[in-house]
Amino acid sequence: MKIKSVNDFVIKFANVNGSGSASANQMFAKGVFRSGIPVSPKNIFPSNIQGLPTWFEVRVNEKGYLGRREGIDLFVAMNPQSYQKDVEELKAGGYLIYDSSWKRDFGREDINILEIPLTKLCVQEFTNPKQRLLFKNLGYVGLLASILEMDKDIYISLIEEQFKGKEKLIEPNVKALNIGYNYAEENFKDYCDIKVNKSNKTDGLILTSGNDAAGLGCVYGGATVCAWYPITPSTSLAESYSKYSEKMRVEIGTEKNKFAFIQAEDELAAMGMTIGANWNGARAFTATSGPGVSLMSEFIGLAYFAEVPTVLFNVQRGGPSTGMPTRTQQSDILCSAYASHGDTKHILLIPSDPKECFDFAVEAFDLADRLQTPVIVLLDLDLGMNDWSTKEFEWDDNNQYDRGKVLSKEDLDGIEKFGRYLDVDGDGIPYRTYPGTHPEKGAYFTRGTSHDEYAGYTEDGVKNAEMLTRLVKKFQTASSLVPSPVFNQEKNTSSMGIIYFGSTDCSMQEALDVLDEQNLNIDAMRIRAFPFNLEVWEFIEDHDLLFIVEQNRDGQMRTLIMAEGGIIPDKLVSILCFDGQPITAEHITNKINAHISGKPALVAS
Amino acid sequence: MTYIVKPKNHHPLLEKNELGLTRRDYEGAVSTLCAGCGHDSISSAIVEACFQLSIESYKVAKLSGIGCSSKAPAYFLNQSHGFNSVHGRMPSIATGAAMANHELLYLGISGDGDSASIGIGQFIHCARRQLNMTYIVENNGTYGLTKGQFSATNDLESKSKYGDDNLFPSIDLPSMAIQLGASFVARSFSGDKEQLVPLLKAALSHKGFSFLDIISPCVTFNNHNTSTKSYDYIREHNDALSRPDFVPSGKEILTDYPKGSTVDVPLHDGSLLSLEKISENYDPADKIKAIQNIQESQRDGKVLTGLLYADPEAKDLKEILNVSDKPLNEMDLNDLCPGSEKIKDINSGLK
Repeated sequence: MKIKSVNDFVIKFANVNGSGSASANQMFAKGVFRSGIPVSPKNIFPSNIQGLPTWFEVRVNEKGYLGRREGIDLFVAMNPQSYQKDVEELKAGGYLIYDSSWKRDFGREDINILEIPLTKLCVQEFTNPKQRLLFKNLGYVGLLASILEMDKDIYISLIEEQFKGKEKLIEPNVKALNIGYNYAEENFKDYCDIKVNKSNKTDGLILTSGNDAAGLGCVYGGATVCAWYPITPSTSLAESYSKYSEKMRVEIGTEKNKFAFIQAEDELAAMGMTIGANWNGARAFTATSGPGVSLMSEFIGLAYFAEVPTVLFNVQRGGPSTGMPTRTQQSDILCSAYASHGDTKHILLIPSDPKECFDFAVEAFDLADRLQTPVIVLLDLDLGMNDWSTKEFEWDDNNQYDRGKVLSKEDLDGIEKFGRYLDVDGDGIPYRTYPGTHPEKGAYFTRGTSHDEYAGYTEDGVKNAEMLTRLVKKFQTASSLVPSPVFNQEKNTSSMGIIYFGSTDCSMQEALDVLDEQNLNIDAMRIRAFPFNLEVWEFIEDHDLLFIVEQNRDGQMRTLIMAEGGIIPDKLVSILCFDGQPITAEHITNKINAHISGKPALVAS
Repeated sequence: MTYIVKPKNHHPLLEKNELGLTRRDYEGAVSTLCAGCGHDSISSAIVEACFQLSIESYKVAKLSGIGCSSKAPAYFLNQSHGFNSVHGRMPSIATGAAMANHELLYLGISGDGDSASIGIGQFIHCARRQLNMTYIVENNGTYGLTKGQFSATNDLESKSKYGDDNLFPSIDLPSMAIQLGASFVARSFSGDKEQLVPLLKAALSHKGFSFLDIISPCVTFNNHNTSTKSYDYIREHNDALSRPDFVPSGKEILTDYPKGSTVDVPLHDGSLLSLEKISENYDPADKIKAIQNIQESQRDGKVLTGLLYADPEAKDLKEILNVSDKPLNEMDLNDLCPGSEKIKDINSGLK
């Protein structure tokens, strides 16, 4: 039996990490994308530099379902260490491609095996030991192009683009591609029943990662200072900002930078620099992951209480503690929403795809300046580090930055007495001044100690309570400024609803279609921000039963909804996934069905 | 941080500087530190230095962490923005602030707990990055606000007020600062205004990381006769390298004392730190000699003071990172946003 499919399959690669496989696998995915079919490549890598097993999954789906799907149709097994487990994942009728330089019996009769002696072929063709190893990767890409009947020229173009400026490398890379391609043409003609046919479903789409998009968003959003400390999976966000800034933020003539990119000594310093720069009127941000948020928490509380705009990207990974640094989770909801000691609450923005990462990065700076408070943008490893087929970035040249309530010298001239923390407008947001604005007016002390409206230290408990209460008012103002939820339906028609957020979106779209096919009519809402705005509460009010789908163990979004809205726990049913792999549509639909049919849905598989 | 607002009445005959301001214009709120606290003398030396340099207060940012020393910025330069941050983290706030606007003068006030213990990492990296700021440690060898615990700069042989022995050797911040690449390093004593004011003026005029370790006795918890940070001990053991005189840009050298052999350190703004040598072989441009001087003096039970090391030509962080001369906080959308055409190029590059 052979699996038969056009433009709809999952291929998985098993490699040894540090062998250059990820870029070849990425190239395979990009070739499919250029053939006009949406892809969702996912790098499943170890926290290690060389020698351990690593996997790369690509879902190819013409309908645009980009969530992870269980069951592998095609397996490129290049790592004998993981052969046994890898082959188990292959569906009956699936195809196994392996390096037959060393023959192997896999003990499965229900799969189709394509043997290619890649090591032997590369040893014959190349003399450089490093190339012999590296080019095996392009060899199997060539083989795939042949058996899937793809346009080989697409891959040749990709190689030419990759080695632009290093033309000498093009020829051996193309040669490596052809080794696999020609071998397959001779040996496996018409063997594989999975095909890639050219389509146009990627029109208007680009292939990029959330981190890359968010870094670009920071450039467009006017960030001039990035202070950061390396941590997986957020590092590439800071590096994206640096890369785009070096391209687009250098002064013509002086060749000086219109940005400062500082690798801090730790996350505490990264956050301190971010706060210092924002305090002084530059737009600044930092990017980190869970352990970094823990370290930054004291400073986040300072920014909250002293009302300094701050933008933080938290690219979530598997926790707790050091956890699974190279796997995905949505398990920092609560520690982000309530970061720091004392009564604190923070704005959260939760994008669902790279396009929204770009948009929310831009918006984060406006919101931070407008609300004078930390804004935390929550990505996760799957969204941040993997390439997604996402909508093209857009920029309207009429956009303006909202720098919020900042007083100029002229403004200060017209004010009798400046009060840094006076609620002049009744929206809980006071006015601020940048240092160096006015010779006689507007200077004040920024402090984390209790203070009055004029920024003076006070130990008057009533005064301090007034300040804390005003911050609640400011948070209420925030709920009308943050992005509204996205609804799957124009009008609610069911007594049941689904609440989800972030990178779950791609699997949810598929799950909702499946539920629809099963005649299960359930409304759905994607939360995009905290504090929750009115529409979120209305949706909850409108339904008797709500499934809250999250990629963590404790149902953190459910807790947040219960705590902030006083919602009865019985009404909120958790659908959870926390094994470090992105949630699948099948997982969601199974759990919902199980609950509806009376089986508990509280434990993730 | 507690404070009491000072009344703003000036005597008409008070001396005025080039800006037409009096010393009173550089003051802050009334200090609530203990009477006789060395930190208050430092605050008044800062007032004096800023007055003499005719600094515009509103172009200064005062930054601090937590502790008695970190309260001090409230007691000078009323017209400056202040940032009393969290314990040991003043350097990172200063780094971000200075990146946002390199045109202000950044004055960081820290203490020995704030810089030598909880914040030692930030102190180290701030010095190493050559941040253009003046970093003062008001060093009293004790945790004053929490009532007299030893700090990491307390000497091994020193006892607490309650008779406890200090079990660990002291951290010498000036030696560290020199080793880390700070381009201006000095030590002084809060009770020696003659030395302190010119050093402060030079530090404030120096471009790069200026570090001043100022021994500042704690009258309440560390001024007893078994302390090595008491007024009496420092007066007896003060080993001054030189008598400094600060000459502003374009001014004639006029020292108050008969001049012997001098070493002149010209600063980037044209001003001059003129040092009358007291110690033999003293050369503030020699990094290795400077560290040796400190170590030898420590071995001999003395407290070496004065300008220890200076490199007026050193690059600062802004230059190292090649940051624009236009302050980043003055840039607007036109300076910063690449616009819609560029986004199209980026989109086509991601297909």
